[in-house]
Amino acid sequence: MSYLALTDADREAMLETIGVSSVEELFADLPGGVRLGRELELPPALTEQELTAYFEALAAKNAHVGTELSFLGAGMYDHYVPAIVDAVLQRGELLTAYTPYQPELSQGVLQAIFEYQTAICELTGMDVSNASGYDGTTVAADACFVAKYATGRSKVVVTEATNPQVRQVVKTYAPGFGLEVVEVPHRGGATDPEELGEAAADAACVIFQQPNFFGVLEPAPDLAAAANEAEALAVAHVDPISLGLLEAPGNYGCAIAIGEGQGAGNYLSYGGPHYGFIAARNDFIRRMPGRIVGETTDAPGERGYVLTLQTREQHIRREKATSNITTNQTLLALAGLVYLSWLGPEGLKEVGEACIALAAHAKERLGRELVFADKTTFKEFVVRVGRPAQEVVREARARGVHPGYVLGRDYSGMDDVLLVALTERRTPEEIDRLARTLDEVGA
Amino acid sequence: MKLLYEKSHPGRRAGRPPRLDLPVPELPNELRRAEPPRLPELAEPDLVRHFTELSRRNFGIDTGFYPLGSCTMKHNPRVNERLAALPGFRDLHPHQDPAGAQGALGLCWELQEVLSEITGLDAVSLQPAAGSQGELTGLMVMRAYFADKGEGEQRRKIVVADTAHGTNPASVTMAGYELTPVKTDPRGNIDVEDLREKVDEHTAGLMLTNPSTLGLFDEHIAEVAAIFHDVGALMYYDGANLNAVCGISRPGDMGFDIVHINLHKTFSQPHGGGGPGGGPIAVASRLEPFLPVPAIVRDGEGYGFDYDRPKSIGKVRGFIGPFGVFVRSLAFIRAYGPQLRKMSEAAVLNANYLLARLRDAYELPFDRLCMHEFVLSARPLKREHGVTALDVAKRLMDYGFHPPTIYFPLLVPEALMIEPTETEAKETLDEFADAMLAIAHEAAEEPELLKSAPHGRAVGRLDEVKAVKKAVVRYLFDEHPDLSTEGESRSETAVVEAPKGA
Repeated sequence: MSYLALTDADREAMLETIGVSSVEELFADLPGGVRLGRELELPPALTEQELTAYFEALAAKNAHVGTELSFLGAGMYDHYVPAIVDAVLQRGELLTAYTPYQPELSQGVLQAIFEYQTAICELTGMDVSNASGYDGTTVAADACFVAKYATGRSKVVVTEATNPQVRQVVKTYAPGFGLEVVEVPHRGGATDPEELGEAAADAACVIFQQPNFFGVLEPAPDLAAAANEAEALAVAHVDPISLGLLEAPGNYGCAIAIGEGQGAGNYLSYGGPHYGFIAARNDFIRRMPGRIVGETTDAPGERGYVLTLQTREQHIRREKATSNITTNQTLLALAGLVYLSWLGPEGLKEVGEACIALAAHAKERLGRELVFADKTTFKEFVVRVGRPAQEVVREARARGVHPGYVLGRDYSGMDDVLLVALTERRTPEEIDRLARTLDEVGA
Repeated sequence: MKLLYEKSHPGRRAGRPPRLDLPVPELPNELRRAEPPRLPELAEPDLVRHFTELSRRNFGIDTGFYPLGSCTMKHNPRVNERLAALPGFRDLHPHQDPAGAQGALGLCWELQEVLSEITGLDAVSLQPAAGSQGELTGLMVMRAYFADKGEGEQRRKIVVADTAHGTNPASVTMAGYELTPVKTDPRGNIDVEDLREKVDEHTAGLMLTNPSTLGLFDEHIAEVAAIFHDVGALMYYDGANLNAVCGISRPGDMGFDIVHINLHKTFSQPHGGGGPGGGPIAVASRLEPFLPVPAIVRDGEGYGFDYDRPKSIGKVRGFIGPFGVFVRSLAFIRAYGPQLRKMSEAAVLNANYLLARLRDAYELPFDRLCMHEFVLSARPLKREHGVTALDVAKRLMDYGFHPPTIYFPLLVPEALMIEPTETEAKETLDEFADAMLAIAHEAAEEPELLKSAPHGRAVGRLDEVKAVKKAVVRYLFDEHPDLSTEGESRSETAVVEAPKGA
C-alpha cells in the first residue's frame, strides 16, 4: 500500500514538463558511490487491513490498565481521559497543522495555546508559560538553563526525592551547560529545608518535587524559602492534578514551576508522547525556552494571536538562542487544555480529593507497614511488602494485579517496598482486591 | 472570538469524577491552596463548540495544500491514528513489567531495525523527543565518544553549514561546543575550500543536512566525509530532509556516523499544530556504547531493557521516547515495505515539476534539478514592485493554500522554500503553480492586492511587533489590557523577516 496520488500518465506529463526522460535522471546529482543500488530490506508491504491485523496482534501482547488492575504511578498516572479530548484532538484542522508560523491560517492553534498558557499560569501561580516542553524531565533541564543565565552560577541542586528520571535527564544535560549537579538526600521521605539551604549556596537553582517521588508532601514553602535565602532560583516540579488542592508554587516564592502534564488529559501511551510544562515569573520571560504565543491586533484592530518574543529562539538567534526546541508537544498540551476546561476548578479539586481519599483508604485497608508513616501523602505512598518487591510484582501480576512500582530500582535499601498509586479511576473494591492479592502472594 | 475564560460562568461545569463514600483527609494548612485556579467554567456543549470553532480557524493538511519547506507536510494516514489508540498501546503504563509489554517492546525493536536499514547505520536509540533533541543527543554522544578517547578537551569545534536550520547552531551551544560556520559554494554545495581551512584536529564534527535546506544534494559529499574522517572527526546528518532519499541513498553510505530521523516529517506522525515529534538517532557501531539508556534489546524470543551501559550519556527524556509516535511511523513504513523508495521518488518528482513550472516567474538562486524541495527568491518582485516574500505568502492564502516556508534559508534573500511532498496529486500542484504565477503577475499589476493580503480570513495581517513590545502572553481577567486602543507598531525587520517554517 502507498499513499501516492500520481498515475503513470501524470508522471509522464510531469517528466516532460521538467525536460527529463525518467525519474532516475532527477537523481543525477547523487554520486554513484553513495547510491544504495538495491531494494531496502524491509518486510513486505501491507494493506490497511493487514496493518490493522498486525498491530492488533502486537497490542494484544501487552497487559494494559484495562486488562490488569494497576496501582502503578511513579510519574505516569491512570487518570480518566474524557471523550471530548479524543474528539478535539481528531479534528484534522488541528491534528494535521504545523507550528503556527502563519497566524492568519492558525488562529485556532494560537488561541488554544494562549488559553493553555493561561491555564498553566493559573495552576502554578506564574506570569508566563511556554507552549509546552517535551515532557516532565526535559523541562527540568530547561529550567537549569534559564537559571544558569539568570544567576551566572554553575551549580544545580536537586533533591533526591525528585523523580529519578528527572534527575537523570538533568545530569545528562548538565555537562553541556557547564553545570555541576548536587543531590540533597531525603530524611525519612522528605527534604530538610536547612540541609537544602546549605547546599543551595552558590547554586543557580534548587529543584524539588511536590508531592515528591514517594508521594510525600514536602515542606514546599520552607524549601523555596531556603533557596531564596541563598539567592538560588526555587524550581518546583509539580503534579497538575494536585494543584486544585495544593498551593501554587508562584504563591510560595518559586521562580519557576515545571511538571509532567500526562496525568492531566493524556493517555499513558507507554511513556509518550505527553507534554511537559514550564512557567515562570515575569523576570524570566526573555530567557524562557521554546514557543510563546502573545496577543496582538490586526490592521482593523481585531484581536489575534501570534508567536512572539521570537528573538529568544533558534530560528532567529541560532547559537545564542535560549533553547534549540522547535517542534514541541502542542497537540498534547491542547489535550491538557481541553481536560482542564472540562473539569474546571471544582472538578480538578474533586479529582484531587478522590485521589487522596482513595490513597488514605488504601493505606488503612492494606494494613501494612508504611515506610514514611509520619508523613502526609497525596495520591501515592510507600509500603513495605517484606519480600523482594520484584517477586511480589511478578506473583501479583500472575493474579491480574500490578501492585505498584519497585522503588529498589532507584533507591538503595528499598528492595522490599512498593510505591502504590491511587487515581480516581480506582475503587474501594479494587483496593480490597489489592489487599487480598498481597496476602495471597505472602507479602 | 472570545477566549474560554471570557465564556466562563461561575458554577458552570462539564466533567466530574465518580462520587466516593470515603472521608477526604485534611491537608496541612500551610500547603493548602488559598484561591482556586481560575480555570474555565463551561458546560460540555459550549466547550465542544469552542474547540470546533477554533479548529475552523485553523489550516491543516486535511484542509489543503501545505508546502511548508523542510517540514514535510505529507498526508497522515487515518489508520495510524486508530492503531495508536488500540488500548494495548494507548493504555499501557511505561512502568509495566517488560513481561507485560512484549508487544510494545517488539514494536520498538522492529522500528529500530527498520530505521537502521533505512539510514545504513548500525544501532538506533528511539529516545529523543524531536529532531532538535536528536541533534543534541547526537552531539552528546559525540562528546562522550571523544572524552572516552581522551580527546574531549582537544576537540571543541562543530562545523555547521550556513544553510543549516537554526536548531543546529543552538544544539551546538547546548552541547557545550563552539560553532564554526562554513560557506556554501556557487552550486549550492558546501564550500570545500572553506571547509579545508576550518577542519583540523580541534574539530569534533560536522552537522549537515543532505539534501540541504536549498533542496540540493551535496555533489562532493564523499570528499566532505573524507576531510572529517581524515582528522578523526565525526559526521552528523540532520535528517530533516530524509524524505528525499529513502531507499535511494543512505546517510551511512554517504559517510555519516550519526543521524537523527524526524518521524513527524518523513514517517508521517501528524504535526499536531507544533508537535509531537520523534527524533530517533542512528549511529555507527563504534558509537553505540554511548547511546542513551535504556537500550531495547532482544533476548532470545523476548525483548527487554539494558541499563548496563557504563559509557552511555544517560537519559535525554523520560522512558523510551514518544511511543505513540513509534506506532504511527512503523505503520507508515510497513505500508510501503521495500518499495519505500517510491515515496521519495514521488516527492522529488513533485518538487521538480513545481520548480519547472515556477522557475521563470521567480528567481532561482541555484540553477539545478532539485530534490524534494526547492528555494525560489521573490527578490525581483521586491526590486521591481516593492512586493516581499511575506506579501506573496499572505496572498497565497487568498488562493486557499498554506504558504511555503519564507525567509529561510538565510543566504537566499526573500526566500520561498517549497516542499510539496509525495502525497499531492498533479492537479493540486497545477493549481498551486497557477496561483504562484498569477501572484507574480498581480505583483506587477496590482501590488496593493498582495500587500493587503490575506483577505477574508479570520483575522487580517497581524501586528507582530506590537505583540513583542507589549508581551501579553496570558489572559489577565479583570486586568486584561485592550490592545486595540494602541496604534500600530512600526515594522521591525527582525520580527517581520524571521524565518516562518522549516
